[in-house]
Amino acid sequence: MSKSQKPTLTPAQLEYQSFARAREPKRPVLLNCFKAFLVGGLICAIGQGVSEFFLWHFDFTEKTAGNPTVAMMILFSVILTGVGVYDHIAQWSGAGTAIPVTGFANAMSSAAIEHRSEGLVLGVGANMFRLAGSVIVFGTFAAFIVALIKTLLAKAGGM
Amino acid sequence: MAIYCWAFIVGGLICVVGQLLMDVGGLTPAHTASIMVVAGAVLAGLGLYEPLIDFAGAGATVPITSFGNSLVQGALAEASRTGLVGILTGIFEVTSAGISAAIIFSFIAALLFKPKG
Repeated sequence: MSKSQKPTLTPAQLEYQSFARAREPKRPVLLNCFKAFLVGGLICAIGQGVSEFFLWHFDFTEKTAGNPTVAMMILFSVILTGVGVYDHIAQWSGAGTAIPVTGFANAMSSAAIEHRSEGLVLGVGANMFRLAGSVIVFGTFAAFIVALIKTLLAKAGGM
Repeated sequence: MAIYCWAFIVGGLICVVGQLLMDVGGLTPAHTASIMVVAGAVLAGLGLYEPLIDFAGAGATVPITSFGNSLVQGALAEASRTGLVGILTGIFEVTSAGISAAIIFSFIAALLFKPKG
């Protein structure tokens, strides 16, 4: 994926590159978007059902029901990943399963299951965040910057 | 029932944005998810994400963008109580459920399940 330092190519190599690019299968963007919309929307609608369940049967409010909902969705996703179903859905729906929090859980649990054979500490423990770690790192850093700016602005405005 | 409709539509649209980043932008799923989280954090900073949650319910809380939002909300809430240090102590306050659930369940899954080809 690194874009820096492209080596200078001979004319024959350039010719091959354009030859290969013309024969790459075109991504069916519209169809992929439709699938992502369908599956992503469905996952969110299921999430809505779960959060209504928490609203009705436990003492959660509209605001606090989000947390247990996310936890339940993660549990579903981990179970589906464990029995090998989630990856089949993911292959079909693309971003529809990658963007909901279930995709985050799928990335963690599949990494954990896959590296089980390398042992509990060096396999499961060390590799669990291998795929999902970037989300936490960038989310945390972005949130830190945003919260810092907002807090400083509030302080400057308050004084 | 309308909330289910809006959850479906808004959640679906967020996934379409992700799909476009992957297909048109040529990004990997990991890059896409990272960008979505940062976008969620920025939207939270602009005060736009909470209204979206009020409007679309799980359509806004289930996509990974809400992770960025929750991080910012936790940090801001704690910062308003204890000052700048609160950003560090509060950042995982709201997202604790998601992260700990993912770690715990994934660990149990690694003990129970065998990898599938």
